[in-house]
Amino acid sequence: MTFINYASREINCKIVYYGPGLCGKTTNLQHIYDSTAPQAKGKLISLATETDRTLFFDFMPLELGTVRGFKTRFHLYTVPGQVYYDASRKLILKGVDGVVFVADSQEERMDANIESLYNLEENLQTQGYELDRLPYVLQLNKRDLPNVIPMDDLAHELRRQQEPVFEAVATNGLGVFDTLKAVAKQVLTELRKT
Amino acid sequence: MSNSPFILQEQEFQKLKTVLARLCVECAARVVLLVDRDGQTIAFHGDIRDMDTTSFASLAAGNVAATSSMAKLIGEDTFPAVVHEGERESIFISVIGRSLLVVVFDERSTLGLVKLRTKRASYEVASILEEAIRGESAYAIANNAVFAEITDEDIDSLFN
Repeated sequence: MTFINYASREINCKIVYYGPGLCGKTTNLQHIYDSTAPQAKGKLISLATETDRTLFFDFMPLELGTVRGFKTRFHLYTVPGQVYYDASRKLILKGVDGVVFVADSQEERMDANIESLYNLEENLQTQGYELDRLPYVLQLNKRDLPNVIPMDDLAHELRRQQEPVFEAVATNGLGVFDTLKAVAKQVLTELRKT
Repeated sequence: MSNSPFILQEQEFQKLKTVLARLCVECAARVVLLVDRDGQTIAFHGDIRDMDTTSFASLAAGNVAATSSMAKLIGEDTFPAVVHEGERESIFISVIGRSLLVVVFDERSTLGLVKLRTKRASYEVASILEEAIRGESAYAIANNAVFAEITDEDIDSLFN
């Protein structure tokens, strides 16, 4: 839920990165964190296991600048991708303003992508949201790996509506900011309709 | 879709700040924060020093979300309060509808005092937030006037 504070003239929005385990959600956030000026970001908080798998969520606040005199702050979250952390995923979706689905382009992860996308739709529904009415972007990650599914086939399989689709290699930053920009733009565009 | 924005006006914001300031003194707290259950800081008062209030708010919300889910698993509707006691600093979180009143205190205060004072402040905070929510529809027109004017160029300029 977007929080608009007229006293401090701030708009705060929540964006959640969703997707199967090891698809690169945390790597997306890590790249944004590493590439952003210190004054525009807060700390990157990772609630992870000892083996660096996301346990609850990763979080970073990002200040983009001012629109119509209001500071725009995006709170970026990732969910844990592993199937058995579903209770945590549901909690993190509460109050979401926009979703990025990070798909793993490797052939052997296709079933995991489909299962995770289905899980996203189901968990959004339990929170009273519908994916096709929410700012939403599909990112096809790991395009640099040798065994990837062709982009058109993958998009055909995973695309739900007319959402923007981006190819990405989160480890080197390719497509990371394009994805963020696309979802942030949709979230701010939604504000016009309030 | 349950996704309309929560709009806080100057008047309610100042009222909340006054309640937080008083609570901070009354329970000799280091800092008092009012946080949305989604993890956004609404207001705070006290000695934050180098504390990262944004991260703190997000983690407090995550904490309450997790404990509320645990409550349901054991047949409780919710845990209305969450306490973390440290060697020097402690945290008391009171759940007020969609918001959390978080008190950070040290050995200068006691959990009993914090609980007692927070209870009264919770009613006041709840009442101010209700006012804010009631006022939202009235402000929607003004809000619309500001945000309806956002252009694609405004949004693009954020990323340049």
